Amino acid sequence: MTSLTTSPRPMRRAGGGLQRKPWWKTALGVVFTVLMLFPVYWMVNVSLTRTSDLRADPPHWFPWDPTFEGYTAVFGQQLPALGTSLLVGLGCVVLTVAIAAPAGYALALLNLRGGRTLNFLLLVAQMIPAVVMAMGFYAVYNSLGLLNTVGGLIVADSTVAVPFGVLLYTAFMSGIPRELLQAARVDGAGPWRTFRSIVLPVSRNSTLTVALFAFLWAWSDFIFASTLNRNGELIPITLGIYNYIGNNTTQWNAIMATAVVASVPATILLVVAQRYVAAGVTAGAVKD
Amino acid sequence: MTAIEAPATAGAPPGVGRAPAARRRRRGPAASQWAAVGFAAPLLVYLILFYAYPLARNIDLSVHDYTIRAFVQGNAEFVGFEKYVEVFTSSTFPTALWNTAVFTVVSIVFQYAIGLALAVFFRSGFQLSGVLRAMFLVPWLLPLIVSASTWAWMLNSDNGIVNSVLAAFGAEQINWLTSPDTALVSVIIANIWLGIPFNLVILYSGLQNIPGEVYEAASLDGAGPWKQFWSITFPLLRPVSAITILLGLIYTLKVVDVIWIMTTGGPGDASTTFAIWSYREAFGTGQPDFSPAAAVGNLLILIALVFGFLHLQLQRRQEDS
Repeated sequence: MTSLTTSPRPMRRAGGGLQRKPWWKTALGVVFTVLMLFPVYWMVNVSLTRTSDLRADPPHWFPWDPTFEGYTAVFGQQLPALGTSLLVGLGCVVLTVAIAAPAGYALALLNLRGGRTLNFLLLVAQMIPAVVMAMGFYAVYNSLGLLNTVGGLIVADSTVAVPFGVLLYTAFMSGIPRELLQAARVDGAGPWRTFRSIVLPVSRNSTLTVALFAFLWAWSDFIFASTLNRNGELIPITLGIYNYIGNNTTQWNAIMATAVVASVPATILLVVAQRYVAAGVTAGAVKD
Repeated sequence: MTAIEAPATAGAPPGVGRAPAARRRRRGPAASQWAAVGFAAPLLVYLILFYAYPLARNIDLSVHDYTIRAFVQGNAEFVGFEKYVEVFTSSTFPTALWNTAVFTVVSIVFQYAIGLALAVFFRSGFQLSGVLRAMFLVPWLLPLIVSASTWAWMLNSDNGIVNSVLAAFGAEQINWLTSPDTALVSVIIANIWLGIPFNLVILYSGLQNIPGEVYEAASLDGAGPWKQFWSITFPLLRPVSAITILLGLIYTLKVVDVIWIMTTGGPGDASTTFAIWSYREAFGTGQPDFSPAAAVGNLLILIALVFGFLHLQLQRRQEDS
């Protein structure tokens, strides 16, 4: 009885009745959300404002007379940068998953000796500021001739995602029922086959989560791009925006248009992939 | 060692004969240990090449006198801790220390307080609360440069919306980003905005773990919402709060993008934190000065590690209880 009634209770407490949901709370929630998302709205608004209206006082609250000149500029000039960002993001995803998934398997299911130490090192690794990593990478890349290369940027960007990925995979894979692996072993599968045909498919949602974050982090990266790739022929979109700000501080509509375009993949990815992340974690692998 | 760990590892099914089991025990773990090392090998190589090596180079940078020429020729002079002394005695040091402390503490206090208030609000359950909560995540997903440049334009002295709204209430124009009095405040405002989603998400999931019965009992005892919050929600949420705040600290110490894009640490040193200082010395001017930058960076690592260990301690204590 108790367990049945617990979950709806808070709602009843708050609303004074399960059916009568407090509309004023919804209204308040909408107000909060509007306030929170105002800067995002403002970015879109400015991106659609005519250059001549940018300095209007008071500013135009709504783009009644929208212009796409900013967006024309973006697609005229920033298309290669968008491509580079996509390439870096995807490269980072592949590298991260390729390193993190087997490592998670070793840590969670193969009882790697020194696993606790490794786990600890990964936690520490996440705390190292990116500025410091950037300097180290700069020194290393300088001697290896890897400055201003897409490959070098992919590797540097992946340092943010790899420790996270390993920890996430380890946490998830530890929960994979041992019977599943036992069954595979009885069928004569070695560690590699077990990994490839059982552990990896079962961990699909983890892979999606890791890939999602690896992509988003690489896509959003500014520090590594602005240090290791500053003179590159192929610059990512974040650096594109940054250079834009430096070169032409008058055309904020074009800058904001670039910002809007740079935000689109992140937004799409989260809207689409949220479902996967939220989808039952290990559901379906073993019935009981 | 192997033999001791073996039974737990191999988990040989019962009923298997003693002798074969023993043999399997000896061969199995050894083989699987090789497999484990094999699967972890890419990570180990990766950590050495792309973590340990750059960090070692970074320490190397900080104890030599690397000018851009020495960088190219590779014959920098060894100077020991001279660069660290230089950093500590620099006139920027006290400013950067103060700014780092203010930036971090103020950001976190507000992020946490607002995040918690929103989490409690959303937890109370109302129509659309799920959708609205999801929308709160948007600032978190945007590339930092996007949010930072948007804030920079909003806080623009002449054409920014913030000043325009303030002017409507009769306030005078504030030079948010260009005045030494308000530059730090400006970047803190933007950073609080950026951190709210993270705090909201973690604290909300913490709230979900507080059983409803506790509240029922309290409301039977006649405790109002305010009393319930302070005597139930807040104390029970303490472990989650501690983790949230520590992660926030570690994250906030590292922040470069937001400040650099909005003010580049200026005017003067007015919004320069340690992370910004390090970035500016190495990459922000036309004259890269890697050695002091690396020294500041290493200092930053030390600070981050202190909080990191605190975080681990907390986590361990939580796992134990």
